[in-house]
Amino acid sequence: MEWETVIGLEVHVQLATKTKIFSGASTQFGAAPNTQACAIDLAMPGTLPVANEQAFRYAVMFGLAIDADIGQRSVFERKNYFYPDLPKGYQTTQLDAPIVGAGQIEITLADGSTKAIRIHHAHLEEDAGKSLHEGDFEQGMSGIDLNRAGTPLIEIVSEPDISNSDEAVAFAKKLHSLVIALGICDGEMSQGSMRFDVNISVRHKGEEKLGTRTETKNLNSFKFMEEAIALEVERQIDVLEDGGSIRQETRLYNADTKTARAMRSKEEANDYRYFPCPDLLPVVLDDAYIDSVRQQMPELPIARCQRFVDEYALSAYDAAILSDNTHIANYFEATVKQCNDAKLSANWIMGEVSARLNAEEKTITQSPINPTQLAGVIARIKDNSISNKIAKQVFDGLWLGEGDSADTIIEAKGLKQVSDSGALESMVDEVIANSGAQIENYKKADPEKRPKMLGYFVGQIMKASKGQANPKMINDILIKKLNELV
Amino acid sequence: MHHYTIAELMKSLRNKEFSSVELTQHYLERIKQLDSQFNSYITVSSEQALLSAQQADQALAKGNASDLCGIPIAHKDLFCTQGTLTSCGSKMLSNFVPPYNATIVENLANAGAVSLGKTNMDEFAMGSSNESSFYGASKNPWNIDCVPGGSSGGSAAAVAAQLAVATTGSDTGGSIRQPASFCGLTGLKPTYGRVSRWGMVAYASSLDQAGPIARTAEDAAIMLNAMASFDDKDSTSVDIEKSDYKASLNDSIKGLRIGVPEEYFQDGLDNDVATLVNAALAEYEKMGATLHPISLPHTHLAIPAYYVIAPAEASANLSRFDGVRYGHRCDDPKDLMDLYKRSREEGFGDEVKRRILVGAYALSAGYYDAYYRKAQQVRRLIKQDFVDAFTQVDVIAGPVVPNPAFGIGEKSTNPVSMYLEDIYTLPTNLAGLCGISLPCGLSSDNKPVGLQLTGNYFAEAKLLNVAHQFQQHTDHHKKTAPISNASNKLNSNQ
Repeated sequence: MEWETVIGLEVHVQLATKTKIFSGASTQFGAAPNTQACAIDLAMPGTLPVANEQAFRYAVMFGLAIDADIGQRSVFERKNYFYPDLPKGYQTTQLDAPIVGAGQIEITLADGSTKAIRIHHAHLEEDAGKSLHEGDFEQGMSGIDLNRAGTPLIEIVSEPDISNSDEAVAFAKKLHSLVIALGICDGEMSQGSMRFDVNISVRHKGEEKLGTRTETKNLNSFKFMEEAIALEVERQIDVLEDGGSIRQETRLYNADTKTARAMRSKEEANDYRYFPCPDLLPVVLDDAYIDSVRQQMPELPIARCQRFVDEYALSAYDAAILSDNTHIANYFEATVKQCNDAKLSANWIMGEVSARLNAEEKTITQSPINPTQLAGVIARIKDNSISNKIAKQVFDGLWLGEGDSADTIIEAKGLKQVSDSGALESMVDEVIANSGAQIENYKKADPEKRPKMLGYFVGQIMKASKGQANPKMINDILIKKLNELV
Repeated sequence: MHHYTIAELMKSLRNKEFSSVELTQHYLERIKQLDSQFNSYITVSSEQALLSAQQADQALAKGNASDLCGIPIAHKDLFCTQGTLTSCGSKMLSNFVPPYNATIVENLANAGAVSLGKTNMDEFAMGSSNESSFYGASKNPWNIDCVPGGSSGGSAAAVAAQLAVATTGSDTGGSIRQPASFCGLTGLKPTYGRVSRWGMVAYASSLDQAGPIARTAEDAAIMLNAMASFDDKDSTSVDIEKSDYKASLNDSIKGLRIGVPEEYFQDGLDNDVATLVNAALAEYEKMGATLHPISLPHTHLAIPAYYVIAPAEASANLSRFDGVRYGHRCDDPKDLMDLYKRSREEGFGDEVKRRILVGAYALSAGYYDAYYRKAQQVRRLIKQDFVDAFTQVDVIAGPVVPNPAFGIGEKSTNPVSMYLEDIYTLPTNLAGLCGISLPCGLSSDNKPVGLQLTGNYFAEAKLLNVAHQFQQHTDHHKKTAPISNASNKLNSNQ
């Protein structure tokens, strides 16, 4: 019998605010442990939270981007449980009155078709700190780093509309590109800026009732998510086909060993004793506020794609590739702005730049070549200073840091294209003089076949010029001179 | 000089009858000699007090000092004081020295007040007798076999024993007004949001409010002038203009409409208390006020609602005391669970544990609707009672507590009888209103009895005016606790 998978995602997105959701401490990643935790983050007695307005603005932006209802009155609740990286003994989060209500996100599948994934809601909450079990601790001791404690998150909860790992990854990538485009998250998954909890169940195809689900928590890459889903779906089907049943439980995926284990079952789950946080009053957002956010929304990928087609005359395909990732789109537009050639910019970014980034497993923000430098290369192609082939050498030089700009590399390596007609004519003359046999063949040949024979001479000239001869000029001069000989 | 009120000390300091340093030394000496009887202080900060007094004297010499400059006060031990133990009357925080000041501590220091130290209290402000303090019960200076009330018991005992001219307290369900009543003092609970909660260790966040305990309404007004402020560190602080609470003290109360709730004069009210409160109401009539019988029909639900909401909030507020970052930590924990369990087991006293249990229960799955949600509904009904009443009257008057101070140990084994102490004070907190307790005479066995006035939202100026006018016509507030021989010697020196 055929099985069907049902997946729902809960995505934690760290908001790119400068300070924490309830305190003035910095949210900068990577500081020494506990240097970015103030008295509020440490839950010192008598301290009180004050909500960060920017976090609300970001959450509203997300809500507007997915066409969701914005909660005009949102309420923070306390979710009570004890853990060392949760200093207050409760997490401040939202439950009954979240900031973002139902919405949806459209994903594009491999076959080009689209599917709408419904969003149940998205709520604001604070991140916990981190427990550190490895490091310079005495035996039996663990460390706690509260730098992350209080970092603002939105938790985005999807409906169980996802049918397989491809869709899950497409959805996750779409969310990733959306929050970056909105500027509400830095998207640095390796730093935990975006983390996925995956709820998975399986059932027989055609069955109405959902199977018992498990939740695999804290996946922080698309790849791990894909692996974890495949593993869990297989496990559930195996268990069921062996006549067993699925326990509702939380699971942890280990990306190193490619295995997962149960963390706790539903029976062991906490009763979180949610209740409205009395230290934070309900936040009421009026229409004027929501409108003001709407007016300041950045361009979303879908609109940008259309604009790339309209404004830069890119093909729909190129526009889609260049607009999907905000950083790439920004890189593209910065390049175009400086070289005034959208087509060449697009070709270079989708070609040479992305090939080199992929080979080195880098993202566009880590590119050693910035848009100004790339625009410099393109400008020299356009003004015929260098050929496409030489341009690749210049690009390599820039990539390896051999110079600051295309011009300095062209200068230092002497790569400038020879377009001086006098110099080119003497080059042509020299090659003709040294190619007696080929010239004789050329003369004897059927005039219709002669153009095909030009290649040899061009090749010789390029060789002599070390590739720097202007190919178009060479062609013109060569044909002229050969015609004189015939 | 310990007989003086703040208002009197302000004059004496400015007339150079004595300096703030002399005054502070005098109080420190009294505390040293007398407080063993009352146990009203947990910490006495002599050095720091004298340093503040020196600075105050310099400011006074310059002639531009504010009202409280050089006045010796003390803080309830749940207000965080930078560099000074802030224990909350608990073993859990018996080693806790905050690196920051509560906003009210900061405000009073900025006004030049000299802090003598930190006063005793029921553990985490949970109690009506001060008996739940880890530092031992505080005693009522009027009768040391009796409790001073709670939870701000030390704050009241210190003022009544003249070991501070005024103190700060906090009132979650009556914790300023009830001890003020038991100790013959004037205690004000401001409107929720009037005084910042930043740096005040939380018991029940939606109910807690700091306020002054003083000898007179005028002194309470001077204290509140310094304490009240909008504070952007407290999201529940209300940004409305602060009155000068002194300015309207002498306004006429002719035509003042006083509401007298029938529910406050029913079964359980001690005869002496009823008699004295009624006499006070009659006095108001003589002064030109009119009395209006009113009904606050949900009064009987205040105790059950409060004892769900307050413990529920407390159960979460006290979760941070886990032995991990500060406070008491058990020896040699064998694992994380052991660390939590034993640190909290050892660090908290019985009443605190009782309330955490009750609160966690009321919030737990399956019980939330029946308890917590229901209690919040009742809270809204109680609030509506007051909103309706204040359409007809200016202030509401009645007893503070059903009885005068009870004996130490009398109720400590019966939590419910202790909770019943709060029947007249809880509704004010549940509604978020302001209330004041002022002395209205002594019972037949010579214990102070208080009159409670409840005011509308942010009507502190009105309450203080109404209380001050009473004190201009009566001298109940001038009666002081009979302090033993040791103090008489000092008195003659004065």
